[in-house]
Amino acid sequence: MNSHNIVLFPVLLPLLTGILLLFFRNVKVQRMLSVISFAIGIGISLYLIQQVAESGMLTLDVSNWKAPFGITIAADMLSSLLVLTTNIIAYCVSIYSTKSIGLEREKFYYYAVFHFLIVGVNGAFLTGDIFNLFVFFEVMLMASYVLLVLGGTKVQLRETLKYILVNVISSAIFVIAVAYLYSIVGTLNMAHIASRVAESGQPGILTVIAVLLMIVFGLKGAVFPLFFWLPGSYYAAPAPVLALFGALLTKVGIYSIFRTYTLIFTHDVSYTHAFLGAIGLLSIVVGVIGAIAYWDIKKIIIYNIVIAVGVIVFGISLNNDAGTMGALLYLVHDMIIKAALFLLVGIMAKITGTNDLREMGGLIKAYPWVGWTFFLAAISLAGIPPLSGFPGKLLIIQGSIEAKAYIGTFIVIASSLFVLYSVMKIFIHGFWGTPKKAFEMPARSLYSMAGPAMVLVAVSLAIGSGLEGIFPYLSQATETLMNPDLYINAVLKE
Amino acid sequence: MKTNDIILQTATKVAVFIIIMFAVRLFFSGHYFAGGGFVGGLITSAAIVLIMIAFDLKTAKKIVPINYRYLIGSGLLVSSFTGLFPVLIGKPFLTHFYSYYQLPIIGKTSLHTATLFDLGVYLVVVGVTMTIIQSIGESE
Repeated sequence: MNSHNIVLFPVLLPLLTGILLLFFRNVKVQRMLSVISFAIGIGISLYLIQQVAESGMLTLDVSNWKAPFGITIAADMLSSLLVLTTNIIAYCVSIYSTKSIGLEREKFYYYAVFHFLIVGVNGAFLTGDIFNLFVFFEVMLMASYVLLVLGGTKVQLRETLKYILVNVISSAIFVIAVAYLYSIVGTLNMAHIASRVAESGQPGILTVIAVLLMIVFGLKGAVFPLFFWLPGSYYAAPAPVLALFGALLTKVGIYSIFRTYTLIFTHDVSYTHAFLGAIGLLSIVVGVIGAIAYWDIKKIIIYNIVIAVGVIVFGISLNNDAGTMGALLYLVHDMIIKAALFLLVGIMAKITGTNDLREMGGLIKAYPWVGWTFFLAAISLAGIPPLSGFPGKLLIIQGSIEAKAYIGTFIVIASSLFVLYSVMKIFIHGFWGTPKKAFEMPARSLYSMAGPAMVLVAVSLAIGSGLEGIFPYLSQATETLMNPDLYINAVLKE
Repeated sequence: MKTNDIILQTATKVAVFIIIMFAVRLFFSGHYFAGGGFVGGLITSAAIVLIMIAFDLKTAKKIVPINYRYLIGSGLLVSSFTGLFPVLIGKPFLTHFYSYYQLPIIGKTSLHTATLFDLGVYLVVVGVTMTIIQSIGESE
């Protein structure tokens, strides 16, 4: 009997490494251990993807209790792809951190908390139980509180206070939503909830819970009316932490929307998904306004998170093959490219010592590699063909035309233009022109900081140009998402 | 003026043992009665906090010479290795095992690996509570 313990390894590996890092106070050992651990994590998640591709969805009944009664860890293709993306990003950010985060933070358990964050993210992607999802959310959030406040500067303290307040409230709403759901369907296993909801045909009260969960995940994932905490809080974090947050945290909220709205609440689509589409489009509009308004490089990229979240949520709301596959591809693309952009913006801020675009200029002469990497990342974000931003957006647009959502089509296309404008503004004012003042940076730390960003952009290029190669994986993921019965049968083994 | 808290200190010397015995009892009875690692850990740290109140932080450190941060780490290690052991023999993560044994003095007893997991919880709870109290107490 194969018990599929491999499904849990992406969670266990960072957990064990994180625990070990509590004992080693030597910073060099910490750096080495964390980079090696994430490298192994990439290997494990590649193996997981291959297994899922070969034998379909893998499930693990933890503690050997059968499906609806114990906690199930379920890896379908969507989860496996996101786990791989998470590990690649964690690997790159951990290399970047070794040169940029500073000895003071590293001594105070930076890498251990980093690993616990990845435990939470990977766990949230892999779990098949809604309360377990809550627990992994909390693991992730606790680690993110520490990473945000670590260092103890004034702005960090102020913004962490807001961030914790918002997240404590949204976690409380999550618990309330789970309690409502449990009192109606009487189970916590997502597959079992889905089959019970399907039996009852989703009466009004379940739609109310769907909207309540939408509020929870919207607060975590920063969609339109609930994104207010994001610009300030993320602005306070140092560059590598910001890259982790921007690439992973909001995307876990998006993944949860993906999961609940494709698996559980699929029977009153005219209401729930229309709602989802509307807030997705509004997020795009608000994000665009923020992204073109600021002259601050960090703020511009932060508002681009809100735009991307809007595009993905809009893709999910279309509820057809093209839209779902597009949203999925765009999700993976956006995680990678946002991490790359935040790392690059961090390098720019480190070189020039400012976040203000009007005080920068002429970086391309001294740092051509950083400049062209940023250029590639920027056009990938906007969705120019050979890079990974293009196919996702194309599929979403195709899906929205199929669904006859023409306003959405227009907004998504128009938003790309503004996204391009906002990142090109950084490129033109930051890299072109004449240097405003002398800047200097040790070559060695530049390489280990620019290297990870280049790797991420290379991954984006590989996804964009090698789409034929990964297409089977994407269509397998879409198939599971569009047919919840596949998921339910795999978990409950009926 | 130095206050004379001889009554508190003498009472503490007796009470601490009773509290710790109670904590251990709660810890071991968790499988069949109310109790378990979490309450056990909390009550143990209550005993150490009592020492801290009756004497001071330095004396408490001398009486219980433990680095509580390492205690958190060891608790996590104990719990995760209890979960990992079944993985090595091909069972799902966190599968537990139990059996009945004839022990010398106690007699017929059931030994369950869930106790090891609880031991990890116990260590983490003691470690976390004491780290919080100690670092707040020490910071000026």
